[in-house]
Amino acid sequence: MSKQRVVVVGNGMVGHKFIDNLVNDTDADQYEIVTFSEEPRLAYDRVQLSSYFSGATAEDLAMTDEGYYNDKGVNFVLNDKVSELNTTENYVVTESGRKESYDKLVLATGSFPFVPPIPGNDQEHCLVYRTIEDLEAISASAKQSKVGVVVGGGLLGLEAANALKAAGLETHVVEFAPRLMAVQLDEGGGTLLRRKIEDLGVNVHTEKATSEIVAGETCRYRMNFADGSHLETDMILFSAGIRPQDELARQFDLEIGERGGIVVNDNCQTNVDNVYAIGECALWEGRIYGLVAPGYTMAKVAVSHITGGADQFKGADMSTKLKLLGVDVASIGDAHGNTPGAQSYTYNDEIEQVYKRLIVSEDGKKVLGAVLVGDVEAYGNLLQLMLNDMDLPENPAGLILPAGDGEAAAGLGVDALPDSAVICSCYDVTKGDLQKAVAEGATDMGGIKAATEASTGCGGCAALAKQVLDSELANLGYEVKNDICEHFAYSRQELADIVRIKKIKTFDELLESHGQGLGCEVCKPAVGSILASFWNDYVLEDAHIGLQDTNDIFLGNMQKDGTYSIVPRVAGGEITPDKLIVLGEVAKEFDLYTKVTGGQRIDLFGAQLHELPIIWKKLVDAGFETGHAYGKSLRTVKSCVGSTWCRYGVNDSVGFAINLEDRYKGLRSPHKIKFAVSGCTRECAEAQCKDIGVIATENGWNLYVCGNGGMRPRHGDLFATDLDDETLIKYVDRVLMFYIRTADRLQRTSVWLENLEGGLDYLKEVVIDDKLGLGEELEAEMEASLGNYQCEWKTTIENPEKLKRFQHFINTKEGDDSLAYVVERGQRRPATKEERIQSVELVD
Amino acid sequence: MSNWITVCRQEDLSPSTGLCALHQGEQVAIFFCGQTSDLYAVSNYDPIGEANVLSRGLMGSLGDAVVVASPLYKQHFNLKTGECLEDPEHKLKTYPIRLESGEVQLQAA
Repeated sequence: MSKQRVVVVGNGMVGHKFIDNLVNDTDADQYEIVTFSEEPRLAYDRVQLSSYFSGATAEDLAMTDEGYYNDKGVNFVLNDKVSELNTTENYVVTESGRKESYDKLVLATGSFPFVPPIPGNDQEHCLVYRTIEDLEAISASAKQSKVGVVVGGGLLGLEAANALKAAGLETHVVEFAPRLMAVQLDEGGGTLLRRKIEDLGVNVHTEKATSEIVAGETCRYRMNFADGSHLETDMILFSAGIRPQDELARQFDLEIGERGGIVVNDNCQTNVDNVYAIGECALWEGRIYGLVAPGYTMAKVAVSHITGGADQFKGADMSTKLKLLGVDVASIGDAHGNTPGAQSYTYNDEIEQVYKRLIVSEDGKKVLGAVLVGDVEAYGNLLQLMLNDMDLPENPAGLILPAGDGEAAAGLGVDALPDSAVICSCYDVTKGDLQKAVAEGATDMGGIKAATEASTGCGGCAALAKQVLDSELANLGYEVKNDICEHFAYSRQELADIVRIKKIKTFDELLESHGQGLGCEVCKPAVGSILASFWNDYVLEDAHIGLQDTNDIFLGNMQKDGTYSIVPRVAGGEITPDKLIVLGEVAKEFDLYTKVTGGQRIDLFGAQLHELPIIWKKLVDAGFETGHAYGKSLRTVKSCVGSTWCRYGVNDSVGFAINLEDRYKGLRSPHKIKFAVSGCTRECAEAQCKDIGVIATENGWNLYVCGNGGMRPRHGDLFATDLDDETLIKYVDRVLMFYIRTADRLQRTSVWLENLEGGLDYLKEVVIDDKLGLGEELEAEMEASLGNYQCEWKTTIENPEKLKRFQHFINTKEGDDSLAYVVERGQRRPATKEERIQSVELVD
Repeated sequence: MSNWITVCRQEDLSPSTGLCALHQGEQVAIFFCGQTSDLYAVSNYDPIGEANVLSRGLMGSLGDAVVVASPLYKQHFNLKTGECLEDPEHKLKTYPIRLESGEVQLQAA
């Protein structure tokens, strides 16, 4: 049977979602997909568009890439707009003349920004805010401007204002309605939002109708308003709402709503059965849904209908929670109390600048809607109460009142939610889905995210998802117990607190005061690591030696045959020819298999225990230090060659990498830590897959945190931009010490961040805003630990007592006689079992 | 009658760590428990990782059993019986051991 051809017009977030769902369907192989985009790139995250101005790149925003589409067999055509549609003969034609026939057509053409018909609105610095190209134009215009105006005080308008503010412009917002976000907020909420935004230095002008844009006197333009007033500005951004992009459907006779939008039924079909419309171009029951979550639902419904499923679109909740210019804002359901008989509770704290209004039904039993500004913690609870039509608790006011001393905020237990309750609306994940994920083995937020995608979109549901997780673990009979092992009834974080606060210096002291038994290979290295993180004593001290894991105990990486590899530190990957020669000579003398590592160093394999001190003596004498390749500690700071040689470099990445490596070397942590520094945005050092990534900008350094390569790759999150050296080091000190204090054992920074309640925003609050008042303490702890740095190998070779352990036998100088090697590609490697049996040309 | 052979002195032992002795042609891993002062001796050969490494493993307890965890793949071996806790079909040879006038001694075969 030949494949069905599915043509998707538009590759925005929703078009991509449709494709992604279809190619991952069990019947995916029955469909051949072609998608067209008039933009020069595949789908990207328009919701996060403003992050482009705080340093995110087009790549960061990308939701997919050509490689993925190629792998999945999706044909894509960029930069080509579909301009003709024939629904009787089932084909489309693009502007470039390409003709594509289809069995099913999906219109995901999105929307376009509405530009009010004001005389003068088409001048050079009058722009809109929708695509990456728009952002590039805004960015270029902003460089030639001092003052910027956003026309439109809705959600998108305020996002745009944030972008102008970030670009350093004097920013104004001009709104026709009497308040900001008039659709989502009531008067009280709009008033507080305005006050907060004005405090941030953005000027707000409401009830202003622009009548014309003319040449300015002090600025490039002057906007004249209907009330006779005016405002001068160098650039204007129109963000006065969106209109469905229904041009194609309109021209070729699909049914269109009175005020635009392609009419669809519950299956997302248009009036032509094999033509679907989804996302912002679709009109369902007279409504356009201008949010991404309903668009995703439509994508899912269309896939379901095409593949013979039964999903239907039944409208969507337009509740929303977001951060605008740093202000938390949320709106739920009937925020204006328009339902007949609606009553409300209002909490207005002008001191702390918090406004909350809860709208309830006439009988006072159900939530109809809510407005939250300044504190949106109640969002998850209130939304669930409304969506699931649940009865309010006895004292509904408690839902929006701040918690008194020692009393938890009134909420609803997640147990009360039905299984069908949607917890994550970005990815349509229900409570039941989360329960299933837990039953199938997810036991932490990282696992939940990997299994369900919940909380990986806007992140708004993280707290609620965590509650479901905990409650489900408890229901399944898991005692939610974070004990590190049978010897200590404490989590790693608690043990770290005990060690730090009680100034405990040895394992035995800790075991006696807080543990039982003899310890094991779980708690011993973990405690050894904690002690080393805070006090940084020599790890082979008598009190610590028994705690060291396989590699640390002999300061080398044990290989499969029991020999060790040796990795000296090569800070920043910079090495002189003379030092390189020393490494070569040592490797040659001891016949060590030699390989260049991913961290820009050189690894020498096959040294026996008794050879380690002899080899290290030679290396230390030549000026090398231990590279801590064996430790859960700072490994390397990788760098590109940077501005000293590279034609494109904007800063000295090697020099800064060496500084960072010298600063943090020897720092022991819950797991290994890797850094990288790139000298420009080309990012040759691959800093975004490191725990700490640093990328040079024209104005300093951008800092990325908690990236990872390896088994579960994760791009680092942009943490702060355009930092000077001192500020960057201050932030890194704080981030790493906070990680050391709070992570689980053997938890990389990536997983730590994913499980940190509050996530990246919380980490920023702790580190940048110093919300917990811990900043200086964390820096002091880091200083103290780094101040105790020593090269462990130098200490060891200078200590004859310690050297006694570095021999295979205590009672003879012989080595391990069972080792066997064969030569391959000019170097020796351990013989395989078969080779040993056949005794093929073994070498000594 | 039994012959005891000295392999090292008491001061060579570090608390709660192992060391390896060559004893009548066999590699023997010796462990000294710092808390109880007990001595243990088992074969140094890890039958799962297939290398002579057990003396370099971490010593500890699981329940009542005193164990060493293999430094290669972390299976636990009971130091008294030699039995592998995860995979009882693997059993290490054990050796009688004693401390006599400051000397650590293994029994001759």
